Amino acid sequence: MDAIGVLMLCPMNNYLEQELDKRFNLFRYWTQPNQTEFLAQHADSIRAVVGNSTAGASADLIDALPKLEIVSNFSVGLDKIDLTRCKEKGVRVTNTPDVLTDDVADLAIGLMLAVLRRICQCDKYVRSGAWKLGDFRLTTKFSGKRVGIIGLGRIGLAVAERAEAFDCPVSYYSRSKKADTNYTYYGSVAELASNSDVLVVACALTPETTHVVNREVLDALGPKGVLINIGRGPHVDEAELVSALVEGRLGGAGLDVFEKEPQVPEELFGLENVVLLPHVASGTEETRIAMADLVLGNLEAHFSSKALLTPVV
Amino acid sequence: MGSGAEQLPEIIVLGPPAVFEIYDEQFSSRFRILRPWESEEPLPHFLASRAHTTLAALCSGGYPLSAAVLANLPSLRLVVTTSAGLDHIDLTECRRRGIAVAYAGNFFSADVADLAVGLLVDVLRKMTAGNRFVKNGLWPHKPHFPLGFKLGGKRVGIVGLGSIGLEVAKRLEAFGCAISYHSRKEKPFVSYTSYPDIHELASNCDVLVLCCSLTEQTHQMVNREVMLALGKDGVIVNISRGAVIDEKELVSCLLQGEIAGAGLDVFEHEPRPSPELYQLDNVVLSPHTAVLTEESMEGLYQLICGNLDAFFTDKPLLSQVPDE
Repeated sequence: MDAIGVLMLCPMNNYLEQELDKRFNLFRYWTQPNQTEFLAQHADSIRAVVGNSTAGASADLIDALPKLEIVSNFSVGLDKIDLTRCKEKGVRVTNTPDVLTDDVADLAIGLMLAVLRRICQCDKYVRSGAWKLGDFRLTTKFSGKRVGIIGLGRIGLAVAERAEAFDCPVSYYSRSKKADTNYTYYGSVAELASNSDVLVVACALTPETTHVVNREVLDALGPKGVLINIGRGPHVDEAELVSALVEGRLGGAGLDVFEKEPQVPEELFGLENVVLLPHVASGTEETRIAMADLVLGNLEAHFSSKALLTPVV
Repeated sequence: MGSGAEQLPEIIVLGPPAVFEIYDEQFSSRFRILRPWESEEPLPHFLASRAHTTLAALCSGGYPLSAAVLANLPSLRLVVTTSAGLDHIDLTECRRRGIAVAYAGNFFSADVADLAVGLLVDVLRKMTAGNRFVKNGLWPHKPHFPLGFKLGGKRVGIVGLGSIGLEVAKRLEAFGCAISYHSRKEKPFVSYTSYPDIHELASNCDVLVLCCSLTEQTHQMVNREVMLALGKDGVIVNISRGAVIDEKELVSCLLQGEIAGAGLDVFEHEPRPSPELYQLDNVVLSPHTAVLTEESMEGLYQLICGNLDAFFTDKPLLSQVPDE
């Protein structure tokens, strides 16, 4: 298969890159000094694109690759891919569901604990050498807190299962009520937020869910409420979130994603009730290999005319 | 103070514990309080002159209630400690003197278990390190933060399957961890695998979570041998007592890469953890705060008052330490 041209859009994983290099004719888009020229020269040999949550197959790119047959994404989120264009042109699309569900859910709960129990702040305090006996600050108990989940898909359900082990009552918002769960359903995100102590974003990013966490929702969550975002940055109106936190109208936040990664609003840096992570929810050795294997497996299946492993389109 | 205060039951407070500092006013409206820390007298003098007839003491978890101190409290019939741990109290002497001891029992177990899980997720997934990375403005310059390790499928060994250990197990099961344990007594009603000694537990686990009480047997139980058995990918979480681990050896093992990381809420000499720990990215450090939540302190206040009220009205204590 090493005559098949595969375009990798950005560095994402060494193992994946090496394997793509071994098995295909790999083009590294980020190393091209002039991307327009590169496309003009090599477009005809590129039959597959590998993107991730940072860089995806936009309409422009799809249009520039007349021989494109498949987009195999190193992520479960599809928001960076123009799915409509792919459907129009008969381009297949695969992603990496399931293998990262546990890691993302683990981190969501980890962020809840880190924010409510001030774990990062405590570590900073001890490392500074300032710890004095009798010097203490009370934090907030996590067990038993009401957890509200936006989106009860694979990841949302996994978050719910973990929250239950902490005796947290779980409720959710979804496009439609799920028949096979006992969790409390709310018909709007604002209503969910009003009835939650912790609100978790766990849905896909679409035009409908952009800024699903807006001023109204943040107000409903309130000065003791905590927002956890393990979805996509644009799920949250970031400017409103920053002012709510700075002004004390929101109790805290644990954020793995941001509107313009890797830029993060600096106003958040000094806040003890905020924990910030550099988009690492699927970032474990084990899971990244599993994701890479899915990307490779999907490409091999496609080019051997076998059924795709995890097709979206 | 008005004459009303003279009729309130008298207690001596030793510490003072955090819950007392938070609820001082409330305690003072229900009890007449002796406050040795506010006096310039050395403790034995204070006790001899002021606490001769005091029947009840409220003490913090760190306060060494030794036979010597007890000797200066000749009328004492009750000790209420604000902790779940009892290693600071000379229980033998209390038994000999017929002094009842009440403690926090299982009250804090959820909060302590929550912190144990939080520390473990933090070490494996590098949350505190990641937070530092972003807040130091490093992300735009260094796009790839190091990968962490998956929690699911990890073999977790719980040392001490009491109330806290069971709560830790219940939580970590939901993360897909495989639970086993080593405890003084095997628990017949749990489905977890039991190992007869900590070395065997460590050899068969990826993570050790220390949830046992501090006793002569558990003192420095986690030594170099145990850490080597745990292995280079191993992680230790300690929410029990610092002295359960040989801290010098822990530091060596971390520096030499003999274990992969540690989440620690307790240390051998608080408030002075081994300073080498401050340089390490693969440890998460916490200043013995596992029980210090608003909810726990509020509940603890109620529990302490309940125990003291019961004592002063000759009713059974709410949370008496069981006889072993």
